[in-house]
Amino acid sequence: MISHLRTMWLVFLHLFHKRETIQYPEEKVAMRPRWRGRIVLTKDPDGGERCVGCYLCAAACPVDCIALQAAEDENGRRYPEFFRINFSRCIFCGYCEEACPTYAIQLTPDFEMAEYRRQDLVYEKEDLLIDSQGKYPGYNFYKMAGLSAGVKEKGKGENEEAPVDIKSLLP
Amino acid sequence: MPILFYLSSAVAIIATIMVITRYHPIHALLYLVVSFLAIAMVFLSLGAPFAAALEVIVYAGAIMVLFIFVVMMLNLGKETAAQEKDWLRPAVWIGPGVLTLVLLMEMSILLLAPPQRNVAVAVVTPKQVALSLYGEYIIAVELIGFLLTTGIVGAAHIGKQKKKSLHRFLQA
Amino acid sequence: MTVMQHIWIVLGVLFVFLNIAAGLIWVERRLLAMWQDRLGPNRAGPLGLMIVLADTLKLFFKEDWIPPFADKWVFIFAPAIVVASVLMSFVIIPFAPGILVADLNVGLLFFLAMSSLGVYSIVLGGWASNNKYSLLGALRGASQMIAYEVFMGLSLMGVVMLSRSFNLAEIVAAQEKVWFVFLQPVGFVIFFIAGLAETHRLPFDIPESESELIAGFHAEYSGMKFGMFFIGEYLGITLISAMTVTLFFGGWLGPAFLPPVVWFFLKTFVFIGLFILLRASLPRPRYDQLLEYGWKLLLPLVLVNLLVTGAIALWMKH
Repeated sequence: MISHLRTMWLVFLHLFHKRETIQYPEEKVAMRPRWRGRIVLTKDPDGGERCVGCYLCAAACPVDCIALQAAEDENGRRYPEFFRINFSRCIFCGYCEEACPTYAIQLTPDFEMAEYRRQDLVYEKEDLLIDSQGKYPGYNFYKMAGLSAGVKEKGKGENEEAPVDIKSLLP
Repeated sequence: MPILFYLSSAVAIIATIMVITRYHPIHALLYLVVSFLAIAMVFLSLGAPFAAALEVIVYAGAIMVLFIFVVMMLNLGKETAAQEKDWLRPAVWIGPGVLTLVLLMEMSILLLAPPQRNVAVAVVTPKQVALSLYGEYIIAVELIGFLLTTGIVGAAHIGKQKKKSLHRFLQA
Repeated sequence: MTVMQHIWIVLGVLFVFLNIAAGLIWVERRLLAMWQDRLGPNRAGPLGLMIVLADTLKLFFKEDWIPPFADKWVFIFAPAIVVASVLMSFVIIPFAPGILVADLNVGLLFFLAMSSLGVYSIVLGGWASNNKYSLLGALRGASQMIAYEVFMGLSLMGVVMLSRSFNLAEIVAAQEKVWFVFLQPVGFVIFFIAGLAETHRLPFDIPESESELIAGFHAEYSGMKFGMFFIGEYLGITLISAMTVTLFFGGWLGPAFLPPVVWFFLKTFVFIGLFILLRASLPRPRYDQLLEYGWKLLLPLVLVNLLVTGAIALWMKH
């Protein structure tokens, strides 16, 4: 009985506590930079697509909401021919971001993506691609990678040794 | 007010007839409730508000709820309605009908024979009821008290369960 | 009192209490929100007050569905009983000296009679729905309300002893010197608990417990029929609060700077708030716990209270 009265009193005191409600449309939520929201495809500093179409994100996706088709341009640089994310399936787990070897696919702090028609939640590559480097400014995969794809010559990358002359016996 | 009295009496009689002729037990019980309410109205129009209130509280409010409760639990379906229909063949009506007709005749003779004695309507207050219950009729009250105590003890005895039911894995 | 005056009082009471019951939709949701550190409905109209209108309109426009397996007439009849029986009880409550609908000699008994008729709405509604959850809710409701009716009546007998009357206006007048809550604290507590059980409000809402019986006896109801149960519950809260005020907290009595009616409604709203606070703070007991609590704790307590009150009243007389 006493504990019941105590409970009632403590609940009553909540009348004078601070309200926790955020009045959403007028008052925005303070989003953290690492919030896992809408997925974007970023570009490297030179303005090229970072995505190399490796399918690792599609493989990592637990709900299979990512679909893409890799292609290769005349320089040998890989890019996705199409890249489609079905946000009505996406659970915003961020596994694709972890799986991505080129920092192309990233999750952003944005959740305001309600639609009236479900089909509108399927985002194509044009919708996903943003003109930004995302969380990793200055990173360019093809500058690190040991292959020539029109960005740099083989062996000209950062921390990259010149290619080994396999015809020579010198070390 | 005689009009109220006759109106509520008519309601009571009609409701009671409906109780007997309904096939569905719950509907019959609902009519019985209506009949009790009508009888409470009769008491009220005769100047006995205390009796009327008790009629509603005890009969309509508590006892009939228990009746409905039990009938609900029995889950009587269409078969019972059919059975009831079978029981209420016209031949069954003859015996009780004749007997009640005799009673009705007696009552009408009694009502019609003396030249309209006026029933004096005097309001019976709860205080008067209490005084007569605990003064004049104290023996009856005590006897009813004994009866109810017996009932309570009996119910408690039946309801008491010492048997513990263990899961079959826990039984030795 | 002329006939016209009487009609005006009846209409006024009907208007005021139906509006209070509707307004409680907003009051309850706002207060619950406050006690959970939220804001509650605040969008429709000033302070969200229009939520009342929105909710009512919503109920009116919902499909009025009668399940094909239900017992049609009983199903329709059941929600009307709860509203009718509760509204009938307001007849005897004195709001201020002279402002009451019927000055019944056995007012208190009339209240008990009407509240005992309220059980039918639950029992019949649950049974007529022809649904196992509804039936379970109806069974629970019936046994709970019959049990708590017993000591609701008994807890009021102490008040009757002290005021020597069943008439509510006289009971209020008898509290001129001291409120009965100070003379009958046990009676007050038990009456309030029994009132909670009678209106089947949380924490005693086991006939409809959402978590086990998915709304229990009114699981099959929709539209305005559900609205009747809804409004009946709010009317019940208002009724029990008003009765508590009348019987234990001196009704319209209060310092003279406010008119008696205002005192009455102020006190009533405090108890309505208490009802909502109870909902916000206490969990629902188990079904058998509720009945055991009633029969094994409250019934002996109320009988002892009655005995002691009677003994003291007799001793004071001599």
